[in-house]
Amino acid sequence: MTRPARLIIFLLGGGVVAVAFVLATLDLPHFGSDHHPYRDLSVPAAVQHGTANVVSAVNFDQRAIDTFGEESILIASVVGAAALLRPSREETERRVPDLGRTLESTRLIGYVLLPITLVLGMDVVAHGGTTPGGGFQGGVILATGLHLLYVVGSYPALDRLRPVVPFEIADGAGAASFAVVGLIGLGSTGAFLGNFLPFGQFGQILSTGTVQVLSGVVGVEVVGGMVVLLSSFFEQEIAVRPEDR
Amino acid sequence: MTVLVAVALTVVALAGTAVVLADAPERQAVTLAVFGVTLVVLFVVLQAPDVALSELGIGTAIVPLMVMLTIRTMWKDRQQRERREDRRSEGDA
Repeated sequence: MTRPARLIIFLLGGGVVAVAFVLATLDLPHFGSDHHPYRDLSVPAAVQHGTANVVSAVNFDQRAIDTFGEESILIASVVGAAALLRPSREETERRVPDLGRTLESTRLIGYVLLPITLVLGMDVVAHGGTTPGGGFQGGVILATGLHLLYVVGSYPALDRLRPVVPFEIADGAGAASFAVVGLIGLGSTGAFLGNFLPFGQFGQILSTGTVQVLSGVVGVEVVGGMVVLLSSFFEQEIAVRPEDR
Repeated sequence: MTVLVAVALTVVALAGTAVVLADAPERQAVTLAVFGVTLVVLFVVLQAPDVALSELGIGTAIVPLMVMLTIRTMWKDRQQRERREDRRSEGDA
């Protein structure tokens, strides 16, 4: 296809999207105004279920089925990426020598921040129902924190501390537990992912009913998924050598 | 507040343009991380800390890291292929 032809197709497609987008957003409440129909419905619903973090209430209670779909997308894409990135027949895995060429200051910062990041990640997962954050954010922080070990300069250390198999199991078990919690909700409240636990004292860590449970389950799944994903990228880059022919 | 939002939006637009204009993919990976930080600031200003946290983890750490690893793997592959071709042409000579 020639360059002008591509440009015309882009302008046509882009124009249609632009017009449709403007038409779709014309009736939205104005930016910065006090008129929030969605807030007026979701905030009381969250408070009723003892959930201080309304975003988590929306994610794991009011529209938990959406999150279930998103978690399924996450596990599907992790499985897809891991399958694509596995060493092929022409490639061989090799042992990685310990190349200690990192600045002392980088090492220091890495070792200091590693435990801090891990504790922060667990904190964000554990307080998903009460303060900003939740399973997804905390899980990403935990997975990123583990990879500080690589920045600190030792891929073998990362490899030892992060055996991939338990994280693969965590990924699958987290996604499955989400469905199990949903089914228990279906049995006890009549709705899939219904909030069947006692709501507790508003603002306490053990309030929110199933919100905190689902947040934790998602945290486990996201840690597993992210570590599996990043480890397959690392394996391709560091440990796999295309075979000499 | 409106001024803050306007400033944050402008910075996001500038950083986004910088990502598009960066000429090499490895430069784009770095500018992408910076772009992620500007988005984090915008989300905090718009009072969406949950989204800001997600963006901080995914947009500034995981995605640039994956892009960098992919680019390096491609470099390695290209080097390997060039070396193989050199050897073959030496064999012909």
